Order: sequence, then C-alpha cells, then structure tokens
Amino acid sequence: MDLSAINPIILIAALISAATPILLAATGELVAERAGVLNLGVEGMMITGAVCGFIISVNTGSPAFGFVMAAVGGAMLSLLFAFLTQVALANQVASGLALTLFGLGISSLMGQNYVGIKPPRLEDVNFGPLSDIPVLGTILFSHNPIVYVGLLIVAAVWATLKFTRAGLVLRAVGENHDAAHALGYKVKRIRTLAIMFGGACAGMGGAYISLIRVPQWTEGMTAGVGWIALAIVVFASWKPWRVLLGAYLFGGITQLQLNLQGAGVAIPVEYLAMSPYIVTIVVLVILSADKSRAPGSLGRIFHASQ
Amino acid sequence: MIRFEKRPQPSRLFSLATPLLAVMATMVFGGFLFAVLGKDPVQSIVTIFWEPLFGEFAFYYRPQLLIKGAPLVLIAIGLALGFKAGVWNIGAEGQYIMGAIFGAGVGLAFYPTESLWIFPLMILAGAFGGWMWATIPAILKVKFGTNEILVSLMLVYVAEQFLASMSLGLLKNPEGFGFPGSRNLQQYASAHNTDIIAGSGMHWGVVAALIAVIFAYVLLARHRLGFAIRVTGEAPRAARFGGVNPSRLVLFCLGISGMLAGLAGMFEVSGPAGQITIDFNVGYGFTAIIVAFLGRLHPIGIMFAGLLMALTYIGGDIAQSQLQLPAAAIQVFQGMLLFFLLAFDLLTNYRVRIGSSEVPT
Repeated sequence: MDLSAINPIILIAALISAATPILLAATGELVAERAGVLNLGVEGMMITGAVCGFIISVNTGSPAFGFVMAAVGGAMLSLLFAFLTQVALANQVASGLALTLFGLGISSLMGQNYVGIKPPRLEDVNFGPLSDIPVLGTILFSHNPIVYVGLLIVAAVWATLKFTRAGLVLRAVGENHDAAHALGYKVKRIRTLAIMFGGACAGMGGAYISLIRVPQWTEGMTAGVGWIALAIVVFASWKPWRVLLGAYLFGGITQLQLNLQGAGVAIPVEYLAMSPYIVTIVVLVILSADKSRAPGSLGRIFHASQ
Repeated sequence: MIRFEKRPQPSRLFSLATPLLAVMATMVFGGFLFAVLGKDPVQSIVTIFWEPLFGEFAFYYRPQLLIKGAPLVLIAIGLALGFKAGVWNIGAEGQYIMGAIFGAGVGLAFYPTESLWIFPLMILAGAFGGWMWATIPAILKVKFGTNEILVSLMLVYVAEQFLASMSLGLLKNPEGFGFPGSRNLQQYASAHNTDIIAGSGMHWGVVAALIAVIFAYVLLARHRLGFAIRVTGEAPRAARFGGVNPSRLVLFCLGISGMLAGLAGMFEVSGPAGQITIDFNVGYGFTAIIVAFLGRLHPIGIMFAGLLMALTYIGGDIAQSQLQLPAAAIQVFQGMLLFFLLAFDLLTNYRVRIGSSEVPT
C-alpha cells in the first residue's frame, strides 16, 4: 500500500471532473422538481444521452456536437415522460421507472455496434498562463469545457429561480399547482419545459461519462449515477448551490475510492466500489429530517377539473 | 376538442381492458421497431409469442415458461402489496441477490452432508436474506423518514458488489480451478431445487409462487391488513384516522416483498441457475415492476402478467438465435409495454369527451 502516491491537488482536480455528470443531471432534476415533477427516469435519460452523444461524436468527429445531440436525445426521451405524466396523467413514480427501464433498453440497442470504439477527445480549455499557476492552475484551469458549462448551468439556474419572473412562476407551479392555474399560468406547459430541461441536462451528464470519463461505450455504463443525482437533489434541499456541494462530495468519494483501489489498500475492491452508494444512503438518512423544503406539489398529478 | 373528465370511480371495464390494449399496442409498435432493425415484423412477433407455446420445440419451451415466470410472479406479488399502499420498493433486484447468497451460503456450509433438513433451512435463509435487505430501507423510512425508493435502489448496487465479492471469495468453489463462482448446487442432492415432476419445469419456486398468489389474494380480499394496505394507498389520512399504523405497514410491505424476492433468488440459485456467479442476477427484480403493473397490482393478474413476461423472455431468446434479433430489443419491448400500460390507464380513471367544454350552470 502506498498512500503517498495520491496527490491531493490532482485528486481535487479529478473530483471536479468526476462530479460533473452528477452535477449536470442533478441540476436538471432540481429544475423539474421545483416545478413539482418527480422524474425518476434520470438514469434512463443519462444513458440515452450517453449513447446519443457517443454515436454522434464518433460519426461526426466532433465531441462538442455530440454533447449537443446528447442533450437533444435526453430531452426527446423526457418528452415520453412528459406525455405520460402531463397528458395521460399517469403516476409519476411508475412513469419515471418506465423511462429508466426503456432508456436502458433503447440505449443498449442503439449502441450495440459501438462497443470497443474510442471516441474523439474533447480538448481542454486553453487558459494560457493561468493554468501554469501552481495548485490553483491544476485545480481550476485544467478542465474540458463541459466542466465549466456545468458550473454555468448551476449559476444560471440559481439566478433564474431567485431573480427572474420565469423562476418565480416555475416555483409557484411547483409549490401549488392549483393556485398557479387559478392565476392563469399554463401548469402543464411549464412542467413539460422543466421536464425537457431536466432531460437535456441528464443527457449531457450521460455523454460526459461516455465521452470523457470512461471514454468508451458499454451497456448500462451510468451504473446508478442517475439515482445518485436524484439523491443529491434531496441532499441539497432543492437549492442549486448545495447541489454543487453534494456533487463535489460524491465526486470526491468516487475519486478517492478509485485512487485507494489504485494504491492497493488492503480493503477488497468490491467493498471500496460499494462506498459511494453507502455514503449516499448515510447522507440521505442524515438529511431526511428536513422535509420542509420540498416543493408543495411535488409528485402530485395536476388536472384542471379538481 | 378532446377533454378528460375524471370518473367518480375507476372504470372496471377499462381496468381489465387496458392491459390487453397495452399488449396489442406494444405488439404493433414492437413490430415497427423490429422492422426498423431490418427484421420481418410479423415473423418476429410470431416467433416471440407463438413459437414458445405452439411451435415445433414447444415441449422444451413450455417448462421454461414456469421457470422464468415463477421468480417474476414471486417478486411482483410482494412489490404489488407495497405499491398498493404507496410504499415503493424498487430494489427487489438487490433483495433477490441477497436471498440467493444467503440460501446458497447455508447450503454450501453443509456440503457434503446429505440431509432432508438442508433444503428447508436454505429456504428460511433465502427468505431471511431478502427480508433483511428490504428491512434496511423500511427502518430508515420509519425512523428517519428517508426515501425508500432511493435507499432500496442504492442497495441493489451494494448487493451486486457483495455478490462479486462472494463469488470471488467466501463462496468460491475450492475445486473450481480458480474460476469465479460457487459449487454447483445442482450436483448436491440435498440442496438441489429439483423439478417436482421431472421435465415439467415445476420446481419448488413455482409452488412458492402459487402459494404467494393465493396468500396475497386472501390477504387483500379478506384480511384486515389487506384492507389497511388498500386504504393507505387510496387515502392515507383516512387510513390513519381508521387506526392504521403507517410505520408497521411500511415494515410489513417492504419486509414481505423483500422476503419474496429473497425466496425467488434462493429458488433460482439452487435450481435453474445452480451456482452463485458474478452475473447471477439478470434483472428479474426490475422486470417484476412491469409485471406488477401489467397485472394491475392484483394477484391473479400478476400471475398472468408474469407468464406473459416470461413468454417475451423465452420468445426473445428464440428470436435472438433464429432471427438475430438483438437481446436489447426485447428489453425495449418490455419497457414499451409499461409505457403503453401507463398511458392507456388514463381511460380507467378519466372519461374522454369530445366537443367544446360547457360551463356548468
């Protein structure tokens, strides 16, 4: 065992990268949940985004375009969920599960000819001399563009929810859909848009895994990241900046256990690999005492007749 | 303009008709999917739904129907009890794995002693393993209000890692030439879950599934606890005023579904699968969610839904070997079925009205 091989600066830089897929998916889900929609299909949308982004990148040679199409793919899949819950008024828990099962199936169908291919690499952002600053340069200025896009999305979601009229309307729909409806807001339209935003973010998060983290395509490669993202939204009490904190915490744990595996710690690999999931449970337990922050209409079906 | 009007009571007719409508819609859209994949849609559907039952090799496939259907029914019955009460156990896959590990572990601990008591002990151990794994989210929910969906699901990934660790470590076959995986229980008479009638596919898991169906039916239709489950799902506040203890109900629903999933895993590992391996679980725990909904959360419905889902598994295997249909296509097909089911359920709870809306006077 050689723990000195773990460089804390590189570890922090790596955790920022490892946290990005969780961050993207959780931020998208946060917007959907603030609009009152509980979408358990995050895992399905992520894996669909992962395969869409991968296929497009390999065929066009452009990872950036791959990410855009991953977002589109995730949003398209989320439309199915929007149809079930907003038009067909189906139970949101069951519909979300259906989305995940369907997404896992459709992604392995789409990706069956892409196993074992290496995707084109997305170049890191060139910050010039900034990246040569000791410590800070490695931690802050050595990443690919999507890391920064993720941070921008968090900031944008925070600002929109807090300062804009659109954010206020979205929150109103999530807190009390009957009141929002009485005020003349289109509850279903707003929720559908929120669901699609969630799908797009999850899709990008998935593509981050298949194009940057791994980078390869294998069936079911998101391995529960979508579910962890759902847990992070609860952890964050539905607040954007706390999503960032949560994502970095889990990114850190994932990265640390990988490094410990590499350093040959005496704990078997399987038990180290369990740790992110167990930590998720522990964190959920600690934070679940505070339920007051949950949007009032979360998970409830809206029908104008009631 | 099309409007939906809420029915005062869910329609009984549509409640029974929607699963059939959903199956038909899935066949049509599944046909499209197969056509897109370059396969003959009609032939694919016939291969999946007809071949296993009435084809040339049906004598081989019909027992498979019971073998694949039993775990699905067993798990789905437990899940349905919870779903009815609004308790969402999504982690049946993990409970299935734990049941298999516990059951096989007890069996292997006695190897090579032969005794009539070993198999019943394994059944108890399997039920205990699943029960224990499902009781973790139950206790966390009751004590701390933690979301059982997320906890039960996280535990699936933990169980998968535990399975890998067991098949590479503690339960590894010492005479297995270093290959991962346990001893094969099919070669250990006391622990082998044999066909009760040779060649019929009717192993003890099938019997357990039938008992579970009857048990759940009686519980829901005749017992006070079943009434409590139904009321809690439909009107939680009314249930509390009616004297239902929500904590005990959560413990019961998760516990029983975990127990049944554990049993399914135990019967699988000691029978059709034979040994603990890294890839022992094949997703029955997740497919059972579809089975529970397709069966309308009703025990008898679940029995038929489980057989239908088993049919798509077997038919999918045949289509895979005969028509080179990708394995994932069947997974998509099953996912589609759940989609259509949820979509058509609109007709059960709402009346479709065509025409402009009138203002009530």
